Amino acid sequence: MIKLRKAGVRFGSRWIFRNLDLEAPVGRSLAILGPNGRGKTTLLRSLLGFQALTEGRREVPAVIGYVPQSGNGDIGYTVRQIVATGRVALRGLFAMPSRSDFDVADEALRRVGMERFSHNRFDWLSGGERQLVLLARAIATGATTLVLDEPASALDLRNQDRFLKVVQSLREEGSHAILFTTHLPQHAAMVADDALLLFGIEDRLCGPVDDTMTEANIARLYGLPVRIVECRVENGSRPARGIVPLFGQEELIAS
Amino acid sequence: MGAFGLLLLAAMLAGLGLGRLSIPLPTVAAILFQDIVPVTKDWSVLDERIVTLVRAPRILIAALSGAALAMCGAALQGIFRNPLVSPQILGISSGAAFGGALAILFGYSGFMLVGSAFAFGVLALLSVGFVARVDGRTETATIVLAGIIVGALFAALVSLVQFVADPNSSLPAIVGWLMGSFASATWPRLMLAAPAIAIAAIGLYLLRFRVNVLSLGDDEARSFGVKVERDRWIFFILVALGTGAVVAVAGVVGWVGLVVPHAARLIVGPDHRILVPASALLGAAYLVIIDTLARTVSASEIPLSVLTAIIGAPVFALLLRRSRRQENAR
Repeated sequence: MIKLRKAGVRFGSRWIFRNLDLEAPVGRSLAILGPNGRGKTTLLRSLLGFQALTEGRREVPAVIGYVPQSGNGDIGYTVRQIVATGRVALRGLFAMPSRSDFDVADEALRRVGMERFSHNRFDWLSGGERQLVLLARAIATGATTLVLDEPASALDLRNQDRFLKVVQSLREEGSHAILFTTHLPQHAAMVADDALLLFGIEDRLCGPVDDTMTEANIARLYGLPVRIVECRVENGSRPARGIVPLFGQEELIAS
Repeated sequence: MGAFGLLLLAAMLAGLGLGRLSIPLPTVAAILFQDIVPVTKDWSVLDERIVTLVRAPRILIAALSGAALAMCGAALQGIFRNPLVSPQILGISSGAAFGGALAILFGYSGFMLVGSAFAFGVLALLSVGFVARVDGRTETATIVLAGIIVGALFAALVSLVQFVADPNSSLPAIVGWLMGSFASATWPRLMLAAPAIAIAAIGLYLLRFRVNVLSLGDDEARSFGVKVERDRWIFFILVALGTGAVVAVAGVVGWVGLVVPHAARLIVGPDHRILVPASALLGAAYLVIIDTLARTVSASEIPLSVLTAIIGAPVFALLLRRSRRQENAR
C-alpha cells in the first residue's frame, strides 16, 4: 500500500503538481500517464521518497520494489548476484546473502523467465533482459509495492510482450500493489486496473481504465487524436485492443 | 586468495633479509622463531637487531598500510561505482598531508605529527560532507566533486606551508615526509598507527557485502530500505581512519588504493565479499615489495610515492587497456 494525501511538489516558484491524492492498494495496478515534462518522473520520485514533498503527506512501506529504467550494472556482477543483493539491503549493515536468499533470487528469475541468464554478467545483457532482471530483483525483495519507471518503453515488441506478461501475471496473482509510468497507452489499457492522467498541475483524472482511457481523454492528454480499435484475432477468442495515435492530424481534435 | 597470502608472506620474509646489510633467509627464519624452535645462535647481535628492531616494524607498517589503502580503495570504488576512485578522492590525503606539514613546520614530530595529520584528514572529510550536503541530501556525484574541491584547497595550503618553511631545516623534512617513506618506522610508531588501521580494516572487512548493496545505486538502495547516507558515512569514516593513519606514519603514498583493487578485481572478480580481503592481501604484499625496492635499489632511499607511481602507472595503463579490450571483444 502506497498513499499520497494532498501532496504537492514545487521547484522554485513552479508547482509540478498540487493537491494530489493517490492510493495504490495491494491487488491493484495503477498506470500514470502524462506528456513529457508534466511531472510523471517527479511524482514517481515523490512516491519513492527520493523527492521531498513541499506539502501533503506520504505513506509508504519501508521497502519498495523499485524498477528503474536501467540499472547501475557496469561493475560486472552476475544476474543472480544483482537479484540477491536487493534482498539483503534491508537486513542491516553486516548482512550477507545466504543460501535461501539465492533460492528466492532463483525463484524470482524463474518468475520473469530469466533463469537461463543467472550466471551471465548483468551489464552484458540487452536492455529488455536487464529490465526483466530488475523486475526480478524488485520481486525478490519481498516488497508488496512495485514501482516501475516507464517499463518496456524502450523495448522491442517481443520484449514488451514478455514484460507485460510478467506484470499481468503479478496482477492476476493479486499479491502486489503495482504502479507504473508509461508513454504507451496500450500498455496501460492492458495491464492496469486504474489510470491516472496528468493534464496539468491540479487538473487530472483518476479511475478505472475503461472509464478514463477514452479516445477523448487520451487526445486531450497528448494533444493528438487517437482511435481505439479492436482487432479480431484469427484463433483467439478475445479481440485485441489497440490505441492508435493519428500522427499529423491534430486538427481532428477540434471536431 | 591463498596465493595472495603466500605472496605476502614471501614478500615479508624477503623484505626482512634484503637491505644494505643482506641476511640469508635461513638466518632470518632462525631469528624470528628462536623462541619457539631450538636453534643454534650463529648470527651476530647486529643481524638480530636489524631484523627485529629495524626491518620487522618497518615491514609490518608497510604491510598494514598497503592493506588499509587497498581496502579503502576497493570499498570506495564499489560505493562510487567508479574504478578510478581512490582514497585521495575524498580529500583525506590532502588534508592529512597539510596537517603533517603544518606539524613539521612548527617543529613537531612523533605523536604530534601523527595526531595533526589524522585530525586534518578528518577535517577534510567533514568539509567534503558539508559541501556535498544540499537540502539534506548527499548525492554520490556531488561527493566526488566536493572531494576534488576540498583536496585542491588543502593541496594549496600544503604549498603555502612549503613556501613559508625554512629551506635549511623544515622544508626538506616536509618534502621528504610528503613523498612518503617508512624509514622512520619503529615499534612505537607501529603501535601508534596500528589501532586506527586495524579498526578501519576490520570494519571494512565486516561491511564488505554492504559495498555490493551500495553499489546498486543511491535510488535503488534507498527504495530497498537502505539508509544510504548513513551507511556511506560509516564507510567514509573508516576510510578516513585508515587513510589518515597511513598518511600520518608514512606520508602520502599514492597509487596503492587505485591500482591494487583494480588488479585484484581482474583476478577474483567484482564481488566485494572476496574483492575486499583479496585487495588487502595484495595491497600489503605490493607495498612491502615497493618498500623493499625503495631501500635496496640505490644507495639512498627512493621516496615511496615515486616508486608506486613509476610501477603503478604503467601497470594501471596495461590493466586499463586489457579490460577495455575485453569489453570490446565480448
